[in-house]
Amino acid sequence: MIPEIGHLCLFLALAVALAQGVLPLVGAQRGQASWMVLARPLAHWQGLFVAIAFVLLSASFVRNDFSVLYVASNSNSALPLPYRMAAVWGGHEGSLLLWVLMLNLWSVAVARFSARLPLPFAARILAVMGLVSVGFLLFMLLTSNPFDRLIPAAADGRDLNPLLQDPGMVIHPPMLYMGYVGFSVAFAFAIAALLGGNLDAAWARWTRPWTTAAWVFLTFGIGLGSWWAYNELGWGGWWFWDPVENASFMPWLAGTALIHSLAVSEKRGGFKVWTVWLAIVAFSLSLLGTFLVRSGVLSSVHAFATDPRRGLFILGFLVVVIGSSLALFAWRAPKVGLGQRFGLLSRESLLLANNMMLAAACGAVLLGTLYPLFIDALGMGKISVGPPYFDAVFALLMAPLVFVMGIGPLTRWKQDEAAPLVKRLAPALVIALVAALGVGAWAGRITLLTTGGLLMAFWIVASLAVDLKDKLLPAGSSFRQVGHRAGQIPLAMWGMLAAHLGVAAFAFGVAMVKTYETERDVKMGPGDSTEIAGYRFKMTGLREVPGPNYAAMQGTIEVSRGDRVIATLLPEKRIYRVQSNPMTEAAVDSNPLRDLYISMGESLPTGEWIVRVQYKPFIVWIWGGCLMMMAGGVLAMSDRRYRVKKAATAAARDREATA
Amino acid sequence: MKPRHKKIAIAVGLLGVVGVGVGLILQAFNSNIQFSYTPTQIAAKEAPVGRTFRVGGLVQAGTVARDGVTVRFTVTDTAKTVPVRYEGILPDLFKEGKGVVAQGQLGSDGVFVAREVLAKHDENYMPPEAADAMQRAAKAKALVQAAK
Repeated sequence: MIPEIGHLCLFLALAVALAQGVLPLVGAQRGQASWMVLARPLAHWQGLFVAIAFVLLSASFVRNDFSVLYVASNSNSALPLPYRMAAVWGGHEGSLLLWVLMLNLWSVAVARFSARLPLPFAARILAVMGLVSVGFLLFMLLTSNPFDRLIPAAADGRDLNPLLQDPGMVIHPPMLYMGYVGFSVAFAFAIAALLGGNLDAAWARWTRPWTTAAWVFLTFGIGLGSWWAYNELGWGGWWFWDPVENASFMPWLAGTALIHSLAVSEKRGGFKVWTVWLAIVAFSLSLLGTFLVRSGVLSSVHAFATDPRRGLFILGFLVVVIGSSLALFAWRAPKVGLGQRFGLLSRESLLLANNMMLAAACGAVLLGTLYPLFIDALGMGKISVGPPYFDAVFALLMAPLVFVMGIGPLTRWKQDEAAPLVKRLAPALVIALVAALGVGAWAGRITLLTTGGLLMAFWIVASLAVDLKDKLLPAGSSFRQVGHRAGQIPLAMWGMLAAHLGVAAFAFGVAMVKTYETERDVKMGPGDSTEIAGYRFKMTGLREVPGPNYAAMQGTIEVSRGDRVIATLLPEKRIYRVQSNPMTEAAVDSNPLRDLYISMGESLPTGEWIVRVQYKPFIVWIWGGCLMMMAGGVLAMSDRRYRVKKAATAAARDREATA
Repeated sequence: MKPRHKKIAIAVGLLGVVGVGVGLILQAFNSNIQFSYTPTQIAAKEAPVGRTFRVGGLVQAGTVARDGVTVRFTVTDTAKTVPVRYEGILPDLFKEGKGVVAQGQLGSDGVFVAREVLAKHDENYMPPEAADAMQRAAKAKALVQAAK
């Protein structure tokens, strides 16, 4: 019964979504308040039905109901409960349900926190989100129903892909989807503003916290995916420029550009057409990402069953969404007025440069990701674009971007003078250069690439320090005022500082690990040892250990430096019983200065193993940088001005009501 | 300089920067495209020597031989085969008789020296390059039989 009720809930959700997508929109065009007010309750009802469907699918997993095809294909009675929960989104159908659930969470959030928005605007936003939901619910019901029955029921399930049986995998998809789908809010705001013709500074201020929230989730999802790949795939890499990674990275780049362009739209009323364009692009890239990842056109762990109908449906949906929003854009955008003029050196011009470079980076990733697909579709052979392309492009684009990042926050809006800026920032550049060369000398090898990367990191830190010093301790002021002045700095500013410092930490980590990492594949049996980067790895034991749904061979490896044993690592090679797949479970000893990474390769007939030993200096800074960027986003969206306005409008409404 | 001339100079400068940037990106793109070849194509000497490309097919059963860190195996599209040498750890899902994609360069001795070996991600999945190689070989065989 449970699956049938879930299926029914999806139909009900579709019906509600249709109503939500049409009635408020028509109401807003005609100025009928009675139809517009339907948007909020309908969003809640749709959210409720989708949530029930999701809970019921989870229940089928918990109850090991192998009469449900999706459960039978993605779970097993021996699978531990947390992974049975994660298995809900471990396959195509369930991950789609998760997508729709996330979309509804965002819709409900918009419905709840949009009290201060003008009614027609809020109605249009929720209607657009309802229409997006219609597309995905139709997709699910027509091609990928998670509640399909398997008759007769399977005795046991085919288990979850062992690669996905990892704590990181339990939260990576929900976070990533929250980010992907979160851009639907920025998209809906943009479309609603285009329809209503109220593309102004207030619109930008309303959009900003939502966009930042989506960006925070996406950053977390991507960072988590990278950390998972590092820990779980056993290669010790953290980013592979795999098309699937690119699919999530493109919306991130567009979203980052959007966050910065929204700043200009809010503060100066400029870049509005470009901002709307970016909002459409960010969401379109999220949809494209879903299409690339889920349709099976890419070979990766994320590509599930390759049913051509599914790919066609998403492609069609993509064309409808992008086509209609671009048509609307072409029709309405010319009516949007230009913002105020700005000088050649101004915060606007630097943010423009930021946007140009992020857009170029996004375009370059798009080219490298889609070109092979086009060539293949045209029957011109199979090609792939190697990581060196992406590395080269990013080195090329990130250097000027980071340079501008150091100057932008210190520059005034509208027009600034070059000479005082140079005077303020020259010491920062010198300090950054000295620090970069100093670290290179300390690490023992100075290369162009390392120095460049480190220079970026230290340049950001030094320029932010100059900015902060000038704000907290302007010339001629006393130290006693510092605390007071720090309190005066808005949260959004602290958010910017934290996020930019995160970029610095990230750049530092990448530069260090790319230059100074070492790895070695060695043959090892009990008693053997090897040495890299001053650390001695000795295999002291090798034994079989049983797991709940797998059997593992576990090596015991003692790591020592000099005479001191600093860690005992237990890498494993697991064989999962149901799918009989081997899985490498790497063992990592991690601290802020370096990771020591060991993975078991293959066993040799002699009983020895090929073991990969890696030394990864400062690699955790890469993910630490992502966390700082996220923290920056959270700070920025908690800024007072987003709340104060709300209280003010509420007060204004109260006055109106009593008057 | 007059303001108008200044504006033109800035526009020209910006165009120049963008042009150089796009040129560099396309240059990087061009030099990093890797083509895929099937064992049949390699046997017919269609594949370049000394340039990185991919070869897809099945790992021929009984050909995987390990010598310490070095491993040798043969990739087949059921029509022709190509010997592969690789140093390092093979992916978890590398198996005899299953699909594989190797990326590397063809040596003058006809041995493909792989720098990277990719295997399928789950037991039902076949890398597109491998599937493509098998299909082409099957088609070619059908053609040959039809000609007889």
